Amino acid sequence: MPRPEIQAPPEIFYNEAEARKYTTSSRIIEIQAKISERALELLALPNDGVPRLLLDIGCGSGLSGETLSENGHHWIGYDISQSMLDVALEREAEGDLLLADMGQGLGLRPGVIDGAISISAVQWLCYADKSSHEPRMRLKAFFGSLYRCLARGARAVLQLYAENINQSEMIMSYAMRAGFAGGVVVDWPHSSKARKAYLVLTCGPPSMQTSLPKGRGEDGEMCSDDDESGDDESQTVGIYDRNRPRKKLKVNKKGKGREWVLKKKEQMRRKGHDIPPDTKYTARKRKARF
Amino acid sequence: MRLLTHNMLSCNIKGVSNGFPLRLEAEKWVEKEVELNADFLRGIFPKIEWKALAGAARALGYNELPDEADASMLDADDFLRRFHHALLELHVEEGALVCPETGRRFPINKGIPNMLLHEDEV
Repeated sequence: MPRPEIQAPPEIFYNEAEARKYTTSSRIIEIQAKISERALELLALPNDGVPRLLLDIGCGSGLSGETLSENGHHWIGYDISQSMLDVALEREAEGDLLLADMGQGLGLRPGVIDGAISISAVQWLCYADKSSHEPRMRLKAFFGSLYRCLARGARAVLQLYAENINQSEMIMSYAMRAGFAGGVVVDWPHSSKARKAYLVLTCGPPSMQTSLPKGRGEDGEMCSDDDESGDDESQTVGIYDRNRPRKKLKVNKKGKGREWVLKKKEQMRRKGHDIPPDTKYTARKRKARF
Repeated sequence: MRLLTHNMLSCNIKGVSNGFPLRLEAEKWVEKEVELNADFLRGIFPKIEWKALAGAARALGYNELPDEADASMLDADDFLRRFHHALLELHVEEGALVCPETGRRFPINKGIPNMLLHEDEV
């Protein structure tokens, strides 16, 4: 399926039909719930049972907010699609909803929010859907206002699907420019489907607490997801290798030299091969006329 | 929209330096009962602009909040209950938020404030 970002602007793409999927499709609901749980975990709120005031940026139908509510937190949800917010009302989302564009800044008082999550939303900022849109300015406005509204030491966990490496670098660089410390945590990096990238940002100067948590499945741990069935052998990998341009062989006019040949012969000898002795003729230069 | 959110929101229009508090023009509001959590209230209290909260509660016809408040009052159960009621149990359903500097109206429909800006306000 083509990326939704290149089909239409978010307020158009998430129309009633699309929004409906977020109440009827158990698959979407399950995935969203899983991601939000992981995001909340990465948020690393102190484990004292005190509810916090959190942001859900791109809250959509309130699926991610539901996870926050289940954990007792209060939240404010931002979304640009009226249809999605209507679904959120239908689902009786417990947080407060705002119809707003994150690229215009969040419009909150400084230092009041204890944490922010965002599920699959921030990459939308990279697309200019109107003539007045300038992705860089929108990223700057978003991260600047996010940094201001967060309390010192608070975290923001933004799960996003970047289209390519340039895009994720651009998003990251604007987050850093706004003053955030942090980086990307990738869960299931070796899987194409289950792979999820989380931008984990900490407000305030770098410290011990800003060290990044580890992504899941990094050390070969298998994903429990059913999508992951099938061994590596059964997959058709390597078909594109044929078309890959060959690495240019290093051509050195001088050749490898006597030392290299001696070393190789020694290696072969140690392996037990029958190698002629080193003499003055070994790796000698040929005459120019040859 | 609860008054908790109203207390955090400020006007986002370019060039506005004093966009807080947004004046609340409420036409319809409802009360929904929520469990009181004293820890949350104590945690959020320092972040609340008390005057804005008291003013907004008054706009919804709730006059039980004192004009001034400080952290020592949080020990009184009675005060906590009023604070809790104003902050989390009053939901504005229809009305508008008005920027104190420019007078720009942000309409509230079905409890959702429309904070979208026009192109020339960004």
